[in-house]
Amino acid sequence: MSALEPTTPSASKRAGWAWRPFALTAPALLLLVAVLGYPLLTIVLRSLSEPQWGAQNYVWFFGTPVNLTVLQRTFVISAWVTAVCVICAYPYAYLMTAVGPRVRLALVLCVLIPFWVSGVVRTLSWVILLQDSGVINSLLRSAGFDGVRLIRTQTGVVIGMAQVLLPFMILPLYSVMRGIDLRLMRAAQSLGARPLRAFFTVYLPLSLPGVYAGAIIVFILALGFYITPALLGGPRSTMLSTLVQTQVLSLLQWGRGGAMGVVLLVTTFVLLALAAPVMRSRHREAGRR
Amino acid sequence: MEMKPFTRVVLGLVCLLVAIWLVAPTLVVVPMSFNENKSLAFPPQGFSWQWYQNFFTNPDWTSSFLNSLKVASIVAVLATVLGTLAAFGLDRMRARPANMLRMLMLTPMVVPGVVLAIGIYAVYLDAHLVGTLTGFVLAHTILALPFVLIAVSANLEVFDRRLETAAASLGAGALTTFRTVTLPLILPGMLSGLLFAFATSFDEIVVSLFITNPYLKTLPVQIYSSITRDADPTVAAVGTILLCATTLLIGGGMLLLGRERKGRP
Repeated sequence: MSALEPTTPSASKRAGWAWRPFALTAPALLLLVAVLGYPLLTIVLRSLSEPQWGAQNYVWFFGTPVNLTVLQRTFVISAWVTAVCVICAYPYAYLMTAVGPRVRLALVLCVLIPFWVSGVVRTLSWVILLQDSGVINSLLRSAGFDGVRLIRTQTGVVIGMAQVLLPFMILPLYSVMRGIDLRLMRAAQSLGARPLRAFFTVYLPLSLPGVYAGAIIVFILALGFYITPALLGGPRSTMLSTLVQTQVLSLLQWGRGGAMGVVLLVTTFVLLALAAPVMRSRHREAGRR
Repeated sequence: MEMKPFTRVVLGLVCLLVAIWLVAPTLVVVPMSFNENKSLAFPPQGFSWQWYQNFFTNPDWTSSFLNSLKVASIVAVLATVLGTLAAFGLDRMRARPANMLRMLMLTPMVVPGVVLAIGIYAVYLDAHLVGTLTGFVLAHTILALPFVLIAVSANLEVFDRRLETAAASLGAGALTTFRTVTLPLILPGMLSGLLFAFATSFDEIVVSLFITNPYLKTLPVQIYSSITRDADPTVAAVGTILLCATTLLIGGGMLLLGRERKGRP
């Protein structure tokens, strides 16, 4: 396209309009600065300036064992959620590539249906299902597992969060798996590899970019979860977001809450930066295909 | 790939369980909404319409529902306009600045909800925007913008710009070209962006919880406070109504699409 441009009659006119693309993005950028950039800057400043200037809020955050426990727990819960999502999504996404169009449509619908109901309502459903007198507990009881507690425990939070985040794992995984040439598996088997070996040496490595992409998205989204842990969790499954909310709304400690928020924000962006090369190489591969 | 029958059965069973896990929580609100008692214990007892009645008559519920509709409609239009303009701008920029700006505009998707929420809350307290329509619209638009940008950009990527040159060479002005060539071709992207923006706003809870006040509540905020306050099955009725509405919309859309596709050769 660019090679053609100098010869088109309107090229000179277009050069004069070079600022236009930037002007088109200006309204969106302006709103972004006002309602995203400025608020985040405010939080960073407050974490450094309230009650007085200095790093005291960060010293407090990293010097208080409770905070570190919650920070660690946030990571552990997110890791569990990611693991559950990978384990459940892998066979599911694989099946999506292996079935006929009718069954595939049904499988896709099952992934999309959770999005049809509001997120808060879905969490309510989990409260209903996981409560002590709920369906899952009565099933467990009749199977002989008495006294299993799900609501207000870490397990309950992981179950609820993984269900919300599962589609974000299935969809990227499916888009990668769809592009894998299944004849490669047949080739491996015709060369004498057993199905399991063919899977581990051929299929799994080819599908890993999808696993990475989905796992990164799920983990990052899980770190910032607020509603699900607040409703399904108890005091021993508090995540960082809830702590931020308590500091700001209940204790009016803007400095401390802000510092926690900044820790969460920085963690998220560091993870994204670490993941970017992986994502980019995946893009390039997809482009080559 | 040939699978052994055993592998096939195990795979099918695992996927069935995952599918149930995905869908069951969506449907569990339906029986709960007809509960006779004011409780959220499962299984529900008896049958009554009282929670639906409560939803349509209790001003707490009706006003929050109308607020959500109002906010989401404005957000959908605003985000679609801003997002489409931005997508066009990025499409016509050189790759490097375009990629940087695109990343910047997608950040609302990855900023943890609570961090954004306390930031916006801090700014809104100073600007007296807490509990105002403007406040809700601005915050939700930021969150909806990435979805519009993604949808319209995807459409522009497959859009052949020589069509615009062709229209111009046939004597069409910039505006005519846009109206008769560009707009019809990117309309699907804009429409799906509009839909996503509406859904994002209608469903937004984290930021809304912070910038709400007793005078202006949106539906998710009302649902959340109802869940944390007491076991009121009205929430289940709301969930069921939303589920039916979305199913009708999506079902209708799919039927229309199917018919259109069939009509074409």
